Amino acid sequence: MKRLAAVLTLLIALAGPSLAAADDPPVRASLPEIEGEVMCPVCGTLLGLSHSPAAERQRVFIRRLIAQGKDKEEIKDALVAEYGGQVLALPENRGIDVWAYAVPVIGFGLGLIGVAWAIVAWRRRRPDRNDRPPTEGPSGEDAERLDRDMARFDL
Amino acid sequence: MVAVAALLGFLVWGLVKKGESGLAAGDPVPAMTLPTLPEGGEGSLADYRGEWVLMNVWASWCAPCREESPALDRFEKNNRDRITVLGIDTKDLSGDALDFLREFKVDYPQLRDASGDYADGELETTGVPESFLIDPEGKLVAHYPGPFKDEAAIDRFAAPALEDTGPGEAK
Repeated sequence: MKRLAAVLTLLIALAGPSLAAADDPPVRASLPEIEGEVMCPVCGTLLGLSHSPAAERQRVFIRRLIAQGKDKEEIKDALVAEYGGQVLALPENRGIDVWAYAVPVIGFGLGLIGVAWAIVAWRRRRPDRNDRPPTEGPSGEDAERLDRDMARFDL
Repeated sequence: MVAVAALLGFLVWGLVKKGESGLAAGDPVPAMTLPTLPEGGEGSLADYRGEWVLMNVWASWCAPCREESPALDRFEKNNRDRITVLGIDTKDLSGDALDFLREFKVDYPQLRDASGDYADGELETTGVPESFLIDPEGKLVAHYPGPFKDEAAIDRFAAPALEDTGPGEAK
């Protein structure tokens, strides 16, 4: 029962901020913020790093949309409509672009499984100390010499 | 050591590949279906098979494109029965591109390569403006990287088409 209560508390705590965020009005877009999230289509760098004529026209376009009251996502959508998906600095988290985020996670998970499997296999292959055959003592000439030496030292 | 050698080899290969020009004379020029400018339809270089084509890649933010545009427009008006001029607007805002066409009173066909996939990827242009002279079979005859200085420069570039069609002949 205590465990159930703890899980419910955790879920409420996690859901709280997202529910609150859903009620918030969209944050007003700013040029510097968008410049850090979109590319200059001509230079192949972030828009914020480019001062090419094409980048300047892109800034004018963004400023115009900000003045019209568009939020960041609407402006990014408008840029994609103008230049195509490559204008986004980060792939979108929908459609086939999800793989850009999923592949590293899947790769890391597979890597962890591989390491665990290798450790288990290595431990199984390692011979147990108790399974070793008992060490045999010296025999024949060696045993006689050992006895003579032991007698000499009177041990 | 092997990794360093592989990395160096990869860099050298990249530089060599970058130095190679994209299309050579006689190569078939790739076609791609693109939206028209103004919007409302689609078109492709393939639509002009059987005609001589001067394909001009441009953008409204490109100052040399603005400089060559009046000469290109005059050339098109003087020779429209012998050669088709086809504009490819690349990596440009559609509103800016339309303003450009209105400003220079350009009325020859235009296609919009918004992402640059056609110009950069297929034609392997290195900038704007660039022009391609394409024969009726769709093969490259000549390539002109950079702006035309004047109409005479365009006449020289398009001479194979103008000679082939003759004055006043249909294209």
